[in-house]
Amino acid sequence: MIGRIERAVGYTILTLATVIVILPLLGVLVMALDSPGSGSAAPSLANANHFGNFAAVWQQAGFGSALRASAIIALPTVAITVVASVPAGYGFAIMKFRGRSLLFYTLLLGLLIPVEAMIIPLYFDLRPFGLTGNYWGVILPDSAFSIAFGGFWMRAAFLSAPRSLIEAARLDGANTLNTLRCVLLPLVRPQVLTLAVLVFVGTWNDFLFPLVMLSGSNIQTAPMSLVYFQGLHTTNFTYLASAAIITAIPVVIIYVLLQRSFLRGMISGAIRG
Amino acid sequence: MSVVDITPGRDERGTSRAVATSSRRTPSSPPGEPRRVGYAFIAPALILYVLFVLGPFAHTIYLSFFSWDGVGPQRFVGLGNFQAIFGTSGLRDAFLHAFVLIFFYAVLTTLIGLVLAGVMARARIRGMGVYRTLLFLPFVIAPTAVAVIWQWLLAEGGPINAALAAVGLGAFREAWLGSFSLALPTVGLIGTWILYGLALVLFLAGVQKIPTELYEAARIDGAGPIREFLAVTLPGLRNEIVVVLVLTVTAALRNFDLIYVLTQGGPGTSTEVPSWMVYNQAFVIGDVGAAAAVGVVLAILIFAVNFIITRLGTGSVS
Repeated sequence: MIGRIERAVGYTILTLATVIVILPLLGVLVMALDSPGSGSAAPSLANANHFGNFAAVWQQAGFGSALRASAIIALPTVAITVVASVPAGYGFAIMKFRGRSLLFYTLLLGLLIPVEAMIIPLYFDLRPFGLTGNYWGVILPDSAFSIAFGGFWMRAAFLSAPRSLIEAARLDGANTLNTLRCVLLPLVRPQVLTLAVLVFVGTWNDFLFPLVMLSGSNIQTAPMSLVYFQGLHTTNFTYLASAAIITAIPVVIIYVLLQRSFLRGMISGAIRG
Repeated sequence: MSVVDITPGRDERGTSRAVATSSRRTPSSPPGEPRRVGYAFIAPALILYVLFVLGPFAHTIYLSFFSWDGVGPQRFVGLGNFQAIFGTSGLRDAFLHAFVLIFFYAVLTTLIGLVLAGVMARARIRGMGVYRTLLFLPFVIAPTAVAVIWQWLLAEGGPINAALAAVGLGAFREAWLGSFSLALPTVGLIGTWILYGLALVLFLAGVQKIPTELYEAARIDGAGPIREFLAVTLPGLRNEIVVVLVLTVTAALRNFDLIYVLTQGGPGTSTEVPSWMVYNQAFVIGDVGAAAAVGVVLAILIFAVNFIITRLGTGSVS
């Protein structure tokens, strides 16, 4: 009885909402393949065969080194975040020690502190250590920032692991480290993957942090290259569309391949305890 | 007792006391849990966190009490920087603009998501996976790339103006981002575009979890669609609404990328927001103290908004 009409309305609305999201993105795809320097109004599908645009933009904007710089920043950030967050989550979830809640809530505070409220001292305080203008000046703060979420996320993962398993491991004589490595880590592997995907996407897309911390150096991340390129070619929309696609595509590929991990993080991880 | 015990595998028979004094509901807590070794596990994370997040945050608070150009000596000015935020129109306006953006990023997004979820509450959607993948895309793509895309769409001779002309609404063509009155709402609507898919997906996932008996009961009691929405769907989505509001309000307050690429705070000061002010004051103008104060107020605002939303979300239904 509840049926056909409601379902039809549902599909219609959902489709409409999706089209509004997708249409501009498809438009950019077509625009990027239009003849270079063509007008901005309506890219035509018939003309969308100028694959050379990508090569031209790749060269002019220096995307080769930009994508490499983004990877050099994002991959170690993911590694450091995971390596620090997994034991932290394990400690907070499984072990009892004095000050545990206080320390955990202190870490949780990091989920709320905006980058804008840290970036100024980071720039001025890391400069004497030679950490501005090089990769570590972005990697270390980025990792620390991600660890607040990582610790919280991995704690939740370990809390949902069955207690009996941990006890059994202990009865078998496994020490704390082995319990983590051999028993629990295989169990929480999906959550570790989710953490890695979320941190990679966030770090790759970040703009403010590298803009400030890499100022005065010749290192440029992909978003930085896109923005500088945009400053030079404000009206060449075919080139700008190509540049936007080059910047976004690595993350989109990872999102499509690992979207279950990503969505698990967005849907459940976003819910704070 | 200050020595961290990292001897592996040693049982410590002292947990029964800890369990007895602990107020938490963990009767399942097994005996023999290691204790101090816990510090070793959390140490790397906490050290990095204190060095690169908490420390800098504390230093920002410290700097907010000084007048400093980033190079010369720092001069203590007490609350002077904060008085400037509420006293001078430029900084005050930046925060007012942030509230306008909260309307578009958070309020409008949540309303759209709720209405759609309400209409679709009982429709079982097949192929939800595909919709979900697509609806999340704007949220995944780098904000700088989203900004570049919209700059093209909104250009004077761009597709949106062309579409308006094509359907006979040529009179409504605008220089959207170049207009003093329209630039801010336009940036806000881009935020709505980025985020409403996320709201919709989260709400639809939540609606699926509401037992269908509740809807049937509402029907039997003679509830119309609006009553049903208010009595069943809305309370059932409480957790999801909290999550969406927290995410979207935070996004509204932290939208540096869009502003940097699209408007640089302009035209005039019409799209200046706190996030942009921090960057501009500290690294362009060289008024580091004022920038730090804006950062501190922004952080307090985010703390407060999160606290209020979480409180309302968990306290509204007794």
